[in-house]
Amino acid sequence: MNLRSATIAELRAFLDRGDISAVELTDYYLDRIDRFDKSLNTYITRTADTARASAIAADKVIAQGKATSLTGIPIAEKDLFCIEGTRTTAGSKMLANFKAPYTATVSTKLANAGAITLGKTNMDEFAMGSSNENSYFGPVRNPWDLNRVPGGSSGGSAAAVAAGLCAASTGTDTGGSIRQPAALCGLTGLKPTYGRISRWGMIAFASSLDQAGPMTRSAEDAAIMLEHMAGHDPQDSTALAEPVPAYTSALNNDIKGLRIGVCQAFFDTDLDAEVAAKTREALRVLESLGAKLIDIALPHMAYSLGAYYVIAPAECSANLARFDGIRYGYRCENPEDLQDLYTRSRGEGFGQEVKKRILVGTFALSAGYYDAFYGRAQRVRRLIKQDFVEAFNQVDVIVGPTTPTPAFGIGAKAESGVDMYLQDIFTISASLAGVPAMSIPAGLVADLPIGLQLIGNYLDEATLLNLAHQFQQATDWHTLIAPEAP
Amino acid sequence: MSIPVGWQVDIGLEIHAQLSTQSKIFSGASTAFGEAPNSQACAIDLGMPGVLPRVNAAVYEKAVRFGLGVTGTINSESRFDRKNYFYPDLPKGYQITQMDEPIVVGGHIQITGKDQSEKVVRITRAHLEEDAGKSIHDFKPSFTGIDLNRAGTPLLEIVSEPDLKSADEAVAYAKAIHQLLTYLDVCDGNMAEGSLRFDANVSVRPVDAQDLGVRSEIKNLNSFRFLEQAINHEVQRQVDALTRGETLTQDTRLFDPDRLETRAMRSKETATDYRYFPEPDLLPVKISDAFINDIKDNMPELPGPRSVRFQSEFGLSLADAQLLAGDRGLGDFFEQVAMITGNGRSAANWVRGDLLGKLNEQNLNISESPVSPDQMGALIGLIDDDIISGKTAKTVFAALWAGETTQPAEYVKAQGLEQVSDAGAIEPLIETLLAEHPKQAEDLRAGKDKLMGFFVGKVMQATGGKANPQQVNAMIRQKLSP
Repeated sequence: MNLRSATIAELRAFLDRGDISAVELTDYYLDRIDRFDKSLNTYITRTADTARASAIAADKVIAQGKATSLTGIPIAEKDLFCIEGTRTTAGSKMLANFKAPYTATVSTKLANAGAITLGKTNMDEFAMGSSNENSYFGPVRNPWDLNRVPGGSSGGSAAAVAAGLCAASTGTDTGGSIRQPAALCGLTGLKPTYGRISRWGMIAFASSLDQAGPMTRSAEDAAIMLEHMAGHDPQDSTALAEPVPAYTSALNNDIKGLRIGVCQAFFDTDLDAEVAAKTREALRVLESLGAKLIDIALPHMAYSLGAYYVIAPAECSANLARFDGIRYGYRCENPEDLQDLYTRSRGEGFGQEVKKRILVGTFALSAGYYDAFYGRAQRVRRLIKQDFVEAFNQVDVIVGPTTPTPAFGIGAKAESGVDMYLQDIFTISASLAGVPAMSIPAGLVADLPIGLQLIGNYLDEATLLNLAHQFQQATDWHTLIAPEAP
Repeated sequence: MSIPVGWQVDIGLEIHAQLSTQSKIFSGASTAFGEAPNSQACAIDLGMPGVLPRVNAAVYEKAVRFGLGVTGTINSESRFDRKNYFYPDLPKGYQITQMDEPIVVGGHIQITGKDQSEKVVRITRAHLEEDAGKSIHDFKPSFTGIDLNRAGTPLLEIVSEPDLKSADEAVAYAKAIHQLLTYLDVCDGNMAEGSLRFDANVSVRPVDAQDLGVRSEIKNLNSFRFLEQAINHEVQRQVDALTRGETLTQDTRLFDPDRLETRAMRSKETATDYRYFPEPDLLPVKISDAFINDIKDNMPELPGPRSVRFQSEFGLSLADAQLLAGDRGLGDFFEQVAMITGNGRSAANWVRGDLLGKLNEQNLNISESPVSPDQMGALIGLIDDDIISGKTAKTVFAALWAGETTQPAEYVKAQGLEQVSDAGAIEPLIETLLAEHPKQAEDLRAGKDKLMGFFVGKVMQATGGKANPQQVNAMIRQKLSP
């Protein structure tokens, strides 16, 4: 019974057989968090007491033979999901002491399924960043190399799973914030179709792009998590009403004849040569499993980064206006008047990257600039959507790299905004189109994991998970374990 | 106040009508008025992190009903936008409204001036939005209180074309909209609780000028009187300034009812840039033809056509018809009484006379009337059947109002109030009276008709008011005829 590398599916078997109790399993992870998180900094808040209470309840359910696939499985939640009674910080000084009087739908669903929440994970402030260096609670370190970043913004969620500080975690993805850290930490990360998972109780960054998703050790685990996370929610008008398929039942379908689109544009950019080689190697594996590779074009992909960095900041400039020091959150000391209260509360409560994006977004929406920026970015977004609609007339899945390089050093890109933004060059177009996409481990480059990105058609998470699972049956990249932290 | 000679005035109104829904436009919190501050604001109204708006479907029905009421176009697809600005009583830092694609486009309404002249005013659009909260500046020195009970209250903003040419017309238009909104149960019309608020766009120009003058927008007028006063003072201010040779700049103003003047709040140059953009948390609003047709089929008859029908169907005067048709509940009450009695004029007289008098006296709404249409109808029926006199009827009405009875006929019987119509019982009385007053009897016979009242009065007195005066009258004439 190797707990360190165990997937949810394996832990399920251990728990159901009585090899270990949920309480013991919870204590196993809590102990590991105590030992290793000082150097990794993956958790902002630990919820040991409620975790143990949930574990006791889970053991009873298991004893009654009424366990779901998640009963007694210890997970971590990105600190963007509000959980009643626990502070929710969004990685910001602004919310360092904020406790919501409600719980995110995702967290409620996972708790109802019997999952045990060990704590809230570190993240880039308000989910803005690709390195987890923009956190008020300090950077997260990549378990594969403590001097490197885990990716972001779901960096804490990724590093916690990779370091064996939870069995799985939740993340959120606006432009790549699940997929990029999953790639950099050697995990399976899924960003579902926009609207597949409710956003209620998930603190907004860019409402039309934000989507929650699972970060796991395998495609099978991602399928298990998604079955519990997805579904309609009357509290989120943009949550899709379509029924949730049994993803775990569709993992072993034959992928013979599956049409895989390969877009040359993914390889023409500044893609690291070794990452390119690993990506091609993975494509050959898929081909050997019977999939057909077909060249496709995504003509407007080159404009996706520009469109994204107008739309996401524009939406964030409005979404973050509520943090004004009036009703909750950080308020500056001794404000002189209302203007001073606003200026200093926001000036002191937000970090640099957040302020930069609010400024950019405010500018992009300004009278006289709206059409040139926001209006044009929305037109580009429609063209990118159209690219995907046309591509999925020819192929079932599009496969390419998740990131241009493996994990970079802490501080290496902190100076240049654009270099950092280029981390998301491959992930952003799927976010703009709203199609589902996932990253799965595709090997090591210089002893660091890299990811293979699979992009699917609207609401076709099942095909993605099936393809990913079949790839993981044929490879063992996803079973590689990061070295133990000091 | 009349318009200064040589000038003409152009006014357009923006009316914010609070929709009479139980809960808020984007949350389940109650919209009830007058509760303890912040007791009716949920996490959504407070703009907490991670919460999302969800539209209260009742607002669509009300907006569509208004749109149909002004013969406007209902957009099959409309959209919510965010209007961004910082203010402590605006919890999210933006207001959810409809900018480019409102739910209702176009339409018109007829107004009647003080001189009974009629005019059609064009409506530009009507859109849905949420109200902000309230800042309370005077409860503690150097502090401002925030009450978010009103935050998220559903509003319909109704925008008119600049078709109004005087303060009188603006008030007539505002009243017509008020009447329509309450008639259609779109808004409760309670001005004191802020259910209807006006912004007036006012400009003046020389009578021979083609183009509209530079306009000022006077914000947040909450009564017809303030609307009238503000416009009149603003017109005078603009005319005075232009007469002095000054140039006006477009601005936003507030009306001070104590000092009777408007004061500039901000000019166009310093106007807020609201950075509107589509609200990503809400899907576009889709209104189907079936939904519209269903509402159309259940639309009540509107005040104008109803007044015309009351005149032709029940023979009412214009004034009575307008009064009774002007309030939906009153019109319904009248119509029920008229149907029961088959006597429209009596029904009108009783409803607008005794009933409305009592209601007004006790400040009650027609829906709170202690006398039901059935009871009113039964009462009028007793008069029409000559069972009681009009005078007795007032006694019975008072008993109904006071709750002493619910059945007029039973009450009349129990109290012995029936008219004495038996000729045999009255005849001896008349004969005795004529005999006792021979001089008066002779004068009456000679044509001094005023004396008829004297004798009828005596008979009524003797019967305790239960005789039928017409019958007594006829019998006296018969006795005196040669």
